[in-house]
Amino acid sequence: MTDQSLVRPEFIRKTSATKSYGVVEKPLSLPERIYDLNWVRKCFIIVILAAAWQIYASHLNNVLLFPTLSETFQALIEGVRSGGLLKRAWFSLSLLLQGYALGLLFAAILTGVAIGTRIGQDFLETLTSMFNPLPAIALLPLSLLWFGLGNASLIFVLIHSVLWAVALNTHSGFKSVSQTMRMVGRNYGLSGISYIAKILIPAAFPSILTGLKIGWAFAWRTLIAAELVFGVSSGSGGLGWYIYEKKNQLEIPGVFAGLLSVIVIGLLVENLIFRAVEARTVRKWGMQS
Amino acid sequence: MIASNKAAGGGIAAPFPHLSVEGVTLQYKTKEHLVTACYRVDFNVLKSDRFVLLGPSGCGKSTLLKAIGGYMKPVEGKITLKGKEIGKPGPDRMMVFQEFDQLLPWKTVKQNVTFALTASGRLNAKAADERAMQYIEKVNLGKFADSYPHMLSGGMKARVAIARGMAMEPDILLMDEPFAALDALTRRKMQDELLQLWEGTKFTILFVTHSIPEAVKIGNRILLLTPHPGEVKGELNSNGSDHPDPKTGETLSERIHKLLFADEVEEAVHD
Repeated sequence: MTDQSLVRPEFIRKTSATKSYGVVEKPLSLPERIYDLNWVRKCFIIVILAAAWQIYASHLNNVLLFPTLSETFQALIEGVRSGGLLKRAWFSLSLLLQGYALGLLFAAILTGVAIGTRIGQDFLETLTSMFNPLPAIALLPLSLLWFGLGNASLIFVLIHSVLWAVALNTHSGFKSVSQTMRMVGRNYGLSGISYIAKILIPAAFPSILTGLKIGWAFAWRTLIAAELVFGVSSGSGGLGWYIYEKKNQLEIPGVFAGLLSVIVIGLLVENLIFRAVEARTVRKWGMQS
Repeated sequence: MIASNKAAGGGIAAPFPHLSVEGVTLQYKTKEHLVTACYRVDFNVLKSDRFVLLGPSGCGKSTLLKAIGGYMKPVEGKITLKGKEIGKPGPDRMMVFQEFDQLLPWKTVKQNVTFALTASGRLNAKAADERAMQYIEKVNLGKFADSYPHMLSGGMKARVAIARGMAMEPDILLMDEPFAALDALTRRKMQDELLQLWEGTKFTILFVTHSIPEAVKIGNRILLLTPHPGEVKGELNSNGSDHPDPKTGETLSERIHKLLFADEVEEAVHD
């Protein structure tokens, strides 16, 4: 038996009323809240990079090799004012959107068939493993041969760059939808298109969104590269052609301005459009942190 | 035999069984094997039954529930609900699963319930809204109607799934170990809540579990299945309290335990 003095006494306490706590919830301080904002941190990084550029370039002091940020900005403003740059950017973008939309359409058809049938799935998997590693730009010579010197051949190449990335991601997204969720959908009596639209697509949305982003980046890169190689069509060229032209005229700040516009458009699409879509979908649904 | 033994728990002597499973054998294929999940299983569920399928893992009880849900076809025997043979999955047999991802994460609590009602074409949007709120209130989640599933605790998610199943007012609610992923305290609470809900509407439940205490508490009728492949060992009545029998001094759970594990080494039984 244990010694009486070693037995610890029992006790029961009344928990304190909520009001007597010092701090239960306290708003964060202003600097903390500002630092929490994603875009503030990103802008900060961009400012640092820009400053580094400016300092290094003015130290180098060689406009032909590496113009400063301010010179690049001047060229950019010049380009915008003369109307050339914006028109070129719009030309590239409109071409890109056409190719992107068509690529998405084909990807939707292919994955839709792949979901429905086993042979369709094998077909898609074989095609993606064949064509996904093939750089779209490598098809440009063929495309020019088939579709001639025009927008059609650029769009063909764009479709190729978008299609496989989107199809691959969407398909793997569909495949990873949990068995439970599938059973829930079928429990409601959903089948065919409504099953795909109401269960599979939202359930696979994180992967689909990744596919859309990758497809966008591939398409944008491919387009600029294709324009650099292939240049002008039907009287006006895009941003790639602008860069190429400026290089030929040895207007290196203009080249940098062209590159900067490519970067800025990429950043805007990624950070405004895709981010907004993310915030309204996968983040809100707790499918992505 | 089955019908004559029917005693307590809302037992209405129906002219024919609500759900009837006759000589059902189920098989499924894995990569290497053809597995027989259960062999010639018979049972009848009457209207307003809280019918429990109880057995150790590997007795094919979940597979059986899937077959009743219409997700797989029996290789022999037949399953009929209200006299009609079961074909494919449908909203007349709502399922409640164990997994937390049974709720659609892109819909709020309320939308999850209304979606079931509208997608299956049961009700129009307005009527579905009203019905959904009524059942969400029933499971005490009124305040969380506009929350997304990822903001809820496990127990709350299970409640939404139950509300969704009940809102459809199905012929039978199929529950596949719905509380198995919950902690012991929440689990006990959910069992009480389920019984309360049943008191209110007397819907028919088919409940799968591997926990003897849960079966005793939830069920008014318990089907015991033995494993590999699942075969019927017996069918017992339960009144929810696990009191010792005055004659034998044996509680129901002791009896079940003996029947299921008579010739086996003791297995861990958890609540």
